[in-house]
Amino acid sequence: MVYLTRKAEFSASHFYHNPAFTPEENQRVFGKCNNPNGHGHNYTLEVTVKGAVDPKSGFVVDLKRLKDVMSREVLDAFDHRFLNKEVPEFLTTIPTTENLAIAIWQRLAPKLKAAQLHRVRVYETPDLFVDVYGEDGEA
Amino acid sequence: MKAHLTRRYMFSASHRLHSDEMSEDENRATYGKCNNPYGHGHNYMVEVTVSGAVDGQTGMVCDLIDLDGFVRTQILDRYDHQNLNLRSEFVNQVPTTENLCIAIYEIVKRGFKKAHLERIRIEETMLNSFEYKGENGR
Repeated sequence: MVYLTRKAEFSASHFYHNPAFTPEENQRVFGKCNNPNGHGHNYTLEVTVKGAVDPKSGFVVDLKRLKDVMSREVLDAFDHRFLNKEVPEFLTTIPTTENLAIAIWQRLAPKLKAAQLHRVRVYETPDLFVDVYGEDGEA
Repeated sequence: MKAHLTRRYMFSASHRLHSDEMSEDENRATYGKCNNPYGHGHNYMVEVTVSGAVDGQTGMVCDLIDLDGFVRTQILDRYDHQNLNLRSEFVNQVPTTENLCIAIYEIVKRGFKKAHLERIRIEETMLNSFEYKGENGR
């Protein structure tokens, strides 16, 4: 088994707000991330797939296809968008980095046929990142 | 779905690698320039990885303010701009980054209850890093 990781970057704005909370609770839980006008980040996405190396091509996966899937499923939808208002998943869930990683996993997993999705890592800043390994992912 | 959240922190500290159980020559042979009796320092980068189900109400594994507060008071205040050899956990143990990793893991595991601790990873320099996932970690 070989693991292959491809990086991509996107920039987007968001804010954290739960309509079930009172304004005071939203402010207490989310702090300055609760500003309804939003704020932005330069996100880095790392997508790791795994598989056996194909003896003919020497590839785990055709990188061009992986790049195309990432561009179509994630970057086209997220890059230079206001996540809360323009990405369907975040009309109903809060666009935390945790939920971004989960949404990206759910977008990519069904589209990656040649190799198996192993990990989605999303950096919100260089000092903060989230990993998800899917529902059956490692403990 | 479960998510792993990692936060990076920095501190600067000095240490000297020296074991009282070895002779001077053995210490020099084992630790090289890290055995310099006057000590030396590093900018340490600590990654704390915690995991858990993403809370439906907040969208979070745990509140970063809680994690930052814990790490600041229990780790950074303890080690930043200190001589590691003088800390109680290194009186009888060489303050290698391996042992520092284990010490920080134990502090976080014992004291931080808001999420499950997965891993402590420390970069001592740009060229070396160390990880500890507990006794049963892979």
